[in-house]
Amino acid sequence: MPQLDFSTFPNQIFWLIVTLVVIYYVLSRIALPRIGAVLAERRGTITNDLAMAEELKLRAQQAEEAYNKALADARAEAHKIIAEAKAEIQEDLNAAIAKADAEIAAKAAESEGRIEEIRESALENVTEVARATAREIVEALGQSTDAASVESAVAARLKG
Amino acid sequence: MDQFLVEPLFGDGPVSWYTPTNVTLWMAISVLCVVLLLVIGTRGRAVVPNRIQSVAELAYGFVYKMVEEVAGKDALKYFPYIMTLFIFIVFSNFLGLLPTAFTTTSHLAVTATMALAVFISVTVLGFVKHGMGFLRLFWIDQAPLALRPILAFIEVISYFVRPVSHSIRLMGNMMAGHAVIKVFAGFASLILVSSIGIAVTPLSILAITAIYALETLVAFIQAYVFAILTCVYLRDALHPHH
Repeated sequence: MPQLDFSTFPNQIFWLIVTLVVIYYVLSRIALPRIGAVLAERRGTITNDLAMAEELKLRAQQAEEAYNKALADARAEAHKIIAEAKAEIQEDLNAAIAKADAEIAAKAAESEGRIEEIRESALENVTEVARATAREIVEALGQSTDAASVESAVAARLKG
Repeated sequence: MDQFLVEPLFGDGPVSWYTPTNVTLWMAISVLCVVLLLVIGTRGRAVVPNRIQSVAELAYGFVYKMVEEVAGKDALKYFPYIMTLFIFIVFSNFLGLLPTAFTTTSHLAVTATMALAVFISVTVLGFVKHGMGFLRLFWIDQAPLALRPILAFIEVISYFVRPVSHSIRLMGNMMAGHAVIKVFAGFASLILVSSIGIAVTPLSILAITAIYALETLVAFIQAYVFAILTCVYLRDALHPHH
C-alpha cells in the first residue's frame, strides 16, 4: 500500500506545507478580503436602495396627502363660494320680489282708486241721466216740471 | 494501486523531501484552481456577480456561515485557516476524480499532517485562552460526581483519538472510492479475455458510473466533514465549558 510507504512522507508533508502556506497567503491577502468587501458592498448597496425606496415611498405618501388636502380645501372653498353666491342671489331675488310686490301693490292701489273714481263718476252720470230722463218723462207726460222736486224724487228713488 | 504511487516528476531517482513529485504537480494544480476561482474569478468585484464570482462567493459564504454557526462568532478570526483547509481538500478531492489524476488527499501523510496541525493548534489555543481551565473540557459537570473520573478518562481518550479519526476518515474515503472504481475497471476488461465478460463488462461500466457519481458527492462531503470537525474542535478550544 503506497499510503504506508513512509519513505515518501517527508516529500508529501513538505509539499503539503508549501501548498497550504501558498493557499493561505493567497486567501488571506487577496481572495477573502476581496470577496468580503464585495459582499459587504452588496449588502450596503441593497440596504441603501431599500432605505431610498422607503424614503421615496414616504415622500410619495406625503405628496398624496398634500394633494388630497389641497383637493379637500378646494372643494370646501368651492362649497363656500357657492353658498355665498346662493345667499347673495337669494338676497337679490328677495329684494327684487319685494320691490315687484310693492310696485304691484302700488299699481293695484292706483287702479283701485281709478276704478273707484270711475264708479263714482258713473254713479254721478247715472244720477244725472236719471234726473234728466225723469224730467223728460215728466215733461212728456205733460206735467210742469219743477227741477227741485224732480231732483229730490230721483235722489229718494236712488237711495232706496 | 499504481494510482497511489508517489513518483518523481523528472527521472527515476529516490524521493527525497524536496523532490518535485506527482504530489507536487497535483498540489500545484489545486493551488492554480484556487487562484482561478477565488482570485481571477472575483477580479471584477462586481456588485452583480458573474457565474465564477457567484461560485466563489458561495464557497466563501458556505465556510463563513459554518465557522460562525459551529464555532461561534469569536472563531471568525480563524476563518482563513479553515477556508484554506476546506478549499484545498475540496479541490484535491475533485481533481483526484479526473482520470489518471493523483489524489493527494488519499494519502495518510497529507491528511494526518492536516489533522495533526488542527489538533495541535487547537490544543495550544485552548491552553493559551483558558490556561488549566481548558482541562474542564474533560470534566463533565452535568454527570453524577462518581461517574466524572470515568467520563474524564473516556473524554481524554476520545480527545486524543480525534486526529486519528479526523485524518483516516478523509484518506480512507478517498482511497476506498478510487480502489472500488479500480476494481470495477479491472472487471470491465474481462470481455477481452473471456466470454463471461459479455455479462460482466456492461455491469462493471454501469457500476463505475454509479460509484463515480457517489464519489463526486463524497469528494464534497468529506471536505465539508473535515472542515466542520475542525470547527467543532475549535469551538471546544474556545468554549471548553460545554
